[in-house]
Parts: sequence; structure tokens; C-alpha cells
Amino acid sequence: MNKDEYQKLVKQLTPKENRVRNAFVAFLGGGLIGFLGQVIITILMQNFGLSMVEASSWLCLILIAFASISTALGFFDEWVTRVKAGLIIPTTGFAHSITSAALDYKRDGFITGLGANFFKLAGSVILYGIISAFFFSLLGVIIYG
Amino acid sequence: MIFLFAFLVSGVVCMIGQLILDYTKLTPGHVTSLFTVLGVVLSFLKIYEKFVSFAGAGATVIISNFGHLLYQAGIEGFHANGILGLFSGLLAKSSVAIVGAVIFSFVLAMMFQPRD
Repeated sequence: MNKDEYQKLVKQLTPKENRVRNAFVAFLGGGLIGFLGQVIITILMQNFGLSMVEASSWLCLILIAFASISTALGFFDEWVTRVKAGLIIPTTGFAHSITSAALDYKRDGFITGLGANFFKLAGSVILYGIISAFFFSLLGVIIYG
Repeated sequence: MIFLFAFLVSGVVCMIGQLILDYTKLTPGHVTSLFTVLGVVLSFLKIYEKFVSFAGAGATVIISNFGHLLYQAGIEGFHANGILGLFSGLLAKSSVAIVGAVIFSFVLAMMFQPRD
């Protein structure tokens, strides 16, 4: 068997991920988080008299707590392999990346392990968020006044 | 109706994210960063606030909302205190997400061991 044949065989035997199914599952998973989030926001606003902003902030904390706890207990990775982007794109993915980095690098020590790697995955979201928001804010103030 | 739109908006955004992951070589780190910056741009174009008003949590649960909050806080900071306000206020609204994730992650990392 030469190299080309081998490559062909590898390609044939590699399980093909069903992209349509992945997209549909991500749609359902992400949609469910948005729907449940809206249910929580409505309950908070009607029963606790919170404003929309306060209710959204509480929802953000609830999602983060949910993602961090399920990551620490080991469920989250299992769910991500099923729901994929449906759990990564919401705030849950942000919290998951920090919690899993904290858990993974804890054994390398508090400073060089946990401290140095805490924002290893979420850092780029914070970094590019701040950079783009800073310059677009400047632009926005100039354009809109 | 807002419940349906909440489902549809966050669902479609997650689906787009999944399609990017499947059809390109970008990693989840790329996609979340990209969506955050996209949130800033949509907020700048005054589109994101419309998403929030008709889809509610559908727009606020996704990571793009982080960019939206950064931009809104930057603008408010500038109007309150000029260029210094832009520096001091940029993180004002997204502090909840960052501090929340830091506190929960640290406390839980102290309590649990990683599973491999």
C-alpha cells in the first residue's frame, strides 16, 4: 500500500460527523438556553420587581454558576460533546473555559499553575472585547456625538 | 412572543457558531472571540439593542452580549467623564460576568479535583 492509498483509506474510515445534525442540535441547545433564560428573567421581573438590567445580570450569574458547577462535577464536557456550540456560544462557554482551566492547572501551583493559566481560554474574549469596544466607543462618540 | 424570539435568536446564533466550527478550522476560542467582537460592532451599529428589545434573553445569554455591554459602558463612561470615563467605565457593565466567573471558578477549583 503506498502513501496515497493509505490516505484514501484513512479518509474513508474516519467517521464523518453529521454537520446537519450538529447544526440542528446546536440550534436546539442554544435556543433552549435563550428560552429558559427568558423564563427566568420574566419570573425575576414579575415576582421580585427587578428591572430588565438587574434581571439580566442575575441570569448571567445563574448561567455562570450552572456552567461552573457542572464543569467541576464533570458533566459539562459530556454535554458539550452532544450539544456543541449550543453550550459554547452562550455565557456558559465563557464560565466553562475559566473553570476547566482552573481545575486543570491547579496541580501546577497557585501562581505558576492556576494564576498563570486562569484566563488561558477566556483571555482572548476579554482582550479582543476590550480592544474592539474601546476603539468602537471612541468612533461612536465621534460619529454619534 | 418574546419567548419564541428568545429561542430563535440564541438558537440561530449557536447554529451559526456550530457551522463555523464544522466548516472551517477555527476553534471554539476563535468563534467566541469573533462573536464578542461582532457584538461590539452590532452594538456600535445600534442593531444589538434591537435584538435585546425583541428577543430578551435570547440576545443577552450569548457571548456577543459581553461585547454589547462593553461598548454601551464605554459610551456611557465617555459621556459621564470624557476620555477618563472611557477608561474607568469600560468594564462597568460586564463586571458581573468576569467577577462571577472568577469567583465561582476559583472556589469550585478549590473544592473539586479535575476528571480526566
